Amino acid sequence: MKLRIKYEKTGVLRFIGHLDVMRYFQKAIRRAKLDVAYSKGFSPHQIISFAAPMPLGMTSSGEYFDGEFVSVTTAQDMIKKLNDTMADGIKVLDITMLPDNAKNSMSVVSASDYFIYTNEECENDYMERLISKIDTLKQLEHVEVLKKTKSKEEMSDIKPYIYEIKEMHYTITENMQSENKRGIYMLLASGSRMNIKPESVIGALAKLADVEYDAYDYRIHRVETYMGERNCLEPLSRAGEPF
Amino acid sequence: MALALKERILMNIEKPARYIGNEINMVKKNPGDVDVRIAMCFPDVYEIGMSYLGIQIIYDMFNRREDTYCERVYSPWPDLDKVMREEDIPLFSLETQSPIRDFDMLGITIQYEMCYTNILQVIDLSKIPMLAKDRTKGDPLVIGGGPCTVNPEPIADFFDMFYIGEAETSYDELIELIKVYKASDMTREEFLRKASHISGIYVPSLYDVVYNDDMTIKSVLPIYDDVPAKVKRQVVTDFKEVTYPMKPVVPYLQATQDRVCLEVMRGCIRGCRFCQAGMIYRPTRQKDVEMLKRYARQMLDGTGYEEISLSSLSSSDYMYLDELLNYLISLKETDHVNVSLPSLRIDAFSLDVMSKVQDIKKSSLTFAAEAGSQRLRDVINKGITEEDIVSGSRQAFIGGWDKVKLYFMMGLPTEQDEDLLGIAQLAEKISEEYFDAVPKEKRNGRVMINASSSYFVPKPFTPFQWAPMISPEEYTRRAYFVKDAFMAQKNKKSLRFTYHDAGISILEGVLARGDRRLCKSIYDIYKKGAIFDAWTEFFNIDRYMDTFKENNIDMDFYTARTRRDDEVFPWDHIDAGVSKDFLLREWKKANEGVVTPNCRMNCQGCGSAVYGGGVCFEAKN
Repeated sequence: MKLRIKYEKTGVLRFIGHLDVMRYFQKAIRRAKLDVAYSKGFSPHQIISFAAPMPLGMTSSGEYFDGEFVSVTTAQDMIKKLNDTMADGIKVLDITMLPDNAKNSMSVVSASDYFIYTNEECENDYMERLISKIDTLKQLEHVEVLKKTKSKEEMSDIKPYIYEIKEMHYTITENMQSENKRGIYMLLASGSRMNIKPESVIGALAKLADVEYDAYDYRIHRVETYMGERNCLEPLSRAGEPF
Repeated sequence: MALALKERILMNIEKPARYIGNEINMVKKNPGDVDVRIAMCFPDVYEIGMSYLGIQIIYDMFNRREDTYCERVYSPWPDLDKVMREEDIPLFSLETQSPIRDFDMLGITIQYEMCYTNILQVIDLSKIPMLAKDRTKGDPLVIGGGPCTVNPEPIADFFDMFYIGEAETSYDELIELIKVYKASDMTREEFLRKASHISGIYVPSLYDVVYNDDMTIKSVLPIYDDVPAKVKRQVVTDFKEVTYPMKPVVPYLQATQDRVCLEVMRGCIRGCRFCQAGMIYRPTRQKDVEMLKRYARQMLDGTGYEEISLSSLSSSDYMYLDELLNYLISLKETDHVNVSLPSLRIDAFSLDVMSKVQDIKKSSLTFAAEAGSQRLRDVINKGITEEDIVSGSRQAFIGGWDKVKLYFMMGLPTEQDEDLLGIAQLAEKISEEYFDAVPKEKRNGRVMINASSSYFVPKPFTPFQWAPMISPEEYTRRAYFVKDAFMAQKNKKSLRFTYHDAGISILEGVLARGDRRLCKSIYDIYKKGAIFDAWTEFFNIDRYMDTFKENNIDMDFYTARTRRDDEVFPWDHIDAGVSKDFLLREWKKANEGVVTPNCRMNCQGCGSAVYGGGVCFEAKN
C-alpha cells in the first residue's frame, strides 16, 4: 500500500539538509513501528521517496514523501504514532492512501507557494519597500533574472512562472510561539519541468525598489506543494484518499 | 530557544546541523531548575564526537540526576572557529545554546594526544582562562577524562582536575561537592583540595614535580599530607549496578558511527604488550548476555537505527558471543536490523556469522598480525600465529571471500629487517593459499591482500613504556624496505602495502610519554594557530618542531631513549591498576621473546585483582 505523508518542518530544523531529513524519517518510521516495506537484496532499505528537496534555511508546512507499506492502520493512528516520536519542528500533518497507479510525488510537483517575511535578525525595513513594488512587478512584461546552472549563466524570463504574488499576513509558529507576520505571498512554478526560486522573485522586487538584496534579511516559508496544471493546481495530498 | 549563531553565519559554514542541537533524545531541562550545570565536550568535530559511546553514557548518567543538567559541546570546525574569533562569539552548548562560560563544570574527554590543541581551542573559545591557576570561583571547573588521562601531565596546566578511570563510580560524589562549593563561600583552592580526596580525582596543582640533572623525574609528590600520593583508576565491578543509555542522542548528520553501539565487555584478557587499552582497562569484565539482548532491543526501538554494532576490545573473547550474535542476526529477519560485526577471530563460527550479515563479495577479512615474524609476535605477545592467519584465510577463500586486510606496526622493540621481510612473505603466502584453495573456474576477479602498517608509538602503562621509538628517518627506511620486499613477491599484483605518515606518530610519541614541561609548548603551538591536528589537512609538523626548539624541548628525550628500569615516570603517581612490577616483568620477557598466557589461562598477578571483579574472579564464580 502506497501512502503519501505530508509534514511540516519549522524553526531551527531549517538548518537540517534534505538528505539528513530523509535519514531522519527512516529512523522515525522505525521508532513509530510502522510496517513499512523494505527492498530486497543484501542491504534492504525502506521504500520511501521524497517530493521536492528543500533548500537549507527554508521552513515549510507542505512537504511530502511517499512510502510503500506492508500493512496500515488508520491515518489518524499512524499520524499519532509518528508524531509521538518527532523532533520539535517536524510534525506529520496528514497521511493519505494513493491508488496503485499513482505517480511518485517527486515527478508530479508543478508549483509551490511561499510566504516571505523579514528575518528577526534583519536590521533594515526594506520589506515595506518590496511590498510597494509588487504591483509594478505584476505589470512588467518580462522579469529577467540571472540563472546559474552548472555549466553556464544566462538571463531568463521568470515572469510567466510567477503565477501569483501579493502582500499577505500569515501566522508563523516557531519555538512554540505564534506570530502574525506581514510579508509577501507568491505562487511559483516548481518541480522538474520549471523551478523558480523565491529568492529570484525577491531579488527582482529589491531591484525595482532600489534596495540592496541580502538573502539573510528574509525568511522563506513554503506553504504548500502542488501538482497539476496552472489553472487547476491541487495540493499533493489530493492524489490520495483518506483512510 | 534562540540559536547562538545568526542565520548569516549558519548559512555560510559547512554543515550548520553541527551546531543547532535539537536531535532526537536530546535531554531538555530548564537550567534554572537544576543545581549543577555540566558541559561535556569531545574536542573534535561533531560527527566524530557524536560517535563516541563514552559521552552518551556520561550524558545519560548525569541527566538521570534531577539536580544536574548535562549538555554537549564539540570543537567548532575551522570555518566556524574563524568566525567566532572575528566576531567574538563565545563557545556555546548545543542543548540550551548558552555560553560554556556559564556552566559549573566543563568535562573534556581526551581520547588521543593529537586533540590537545583542540582542548585549548575549546577552553579559549569558551573564554575561560587557559591556565588552571588563573581561574577564579566564577569560572567553570575544567575536568578531563578518558584514556589519555593515565598520563595527563603534558596538559596538566590547563585542567583543574582529571577523573582517572570509568565515570560511573565517583561522579556523584563530585557533584555533591560542587553543590556545596556553589552554595557556600568555599574557595576554589579549598574545593580542589577536597575534590582530591574523592577516589579517582587527580588535581595536578596539588603535586610538585622535581627533576634530576639528567632531565628525568626525581619525584612527583603531593604538596599536602591529606592529598593522596597515588590516584587510583576507577573501575566498575558490577555492570548490573550502573546505567547504560537506552535512548542515546541520534544525530541528524551522519555520524562516523551511525548505529546502535552495544558495549559487551570492558578490558581485554590478551595482554598484547604494545596495547595500552589492553592494560588500562583491566580487569576484563563481561556483561550479562540476557541484559545485552534487552538493551539491544530497547536501544533499537528508542533510536530507530537499523544497524547495531558491538563494542569491546576483543569481541571473540566474549564468552556468550555466539548466543548474542545469533540473537542479533535473528533481528535481521524480523526487524531489518543489520549487524555490523566487530573484528573476530577467524574460525568456522565467525565465517558463518559473517556470511549471514555481510555481502561476501564486498567485504574483506581482517587480521591484526601486528608483526611479520613469529619471533616478533612473541616479543609483543600477540597470540596469533601464521598458521591461524593462513588457515583462516584458506577457509574464507573457500567460503567465497577474496579480500584480506592485514594490519602491522613497524618500529616494534627488537625489530630486524628479517621481521619486516616477513610482512611481505606473509602476504605472499596468503595469496598463494588462495590459488591453492580456489580452483580456477571458481575464481572471479583477483584475490587482493592489503597490508598496512603504522608507526609504533610506546604508551604509558604498557610493558613498552621503557622502549625507544625508532626515528622517523628509520621508519621511512623500513617502510621502503617493506615496499621493495612486496615488489619482489611472485604474486605482487595481488598484494598492496601502505603505511602511515611518520609526522603525526612521532609527535604522538612525544606527547604520550611527556611531562609537565610540555605544557608551555602545547600552549605556544596552539597560539600559533594549531587546531584539528589529528586531521592531516590541518596538521603542520613544523609548527610543533619549531615550538619545541624555541622551548628547549628535546624530542628525542621523550621518544628515542630506552628508559632505565628504575626511572621515575611522569605518570607514576597515577595507579592504573596494573603494577609497575608486572609491566617491568613483561618488558623483560618481551626482550627474551617469552610469551605470557592470557588472563583466563593463567593469572600473571598484574595487580588488577584488587578491584575485586571481572576475569580475576571468573573461575571462582
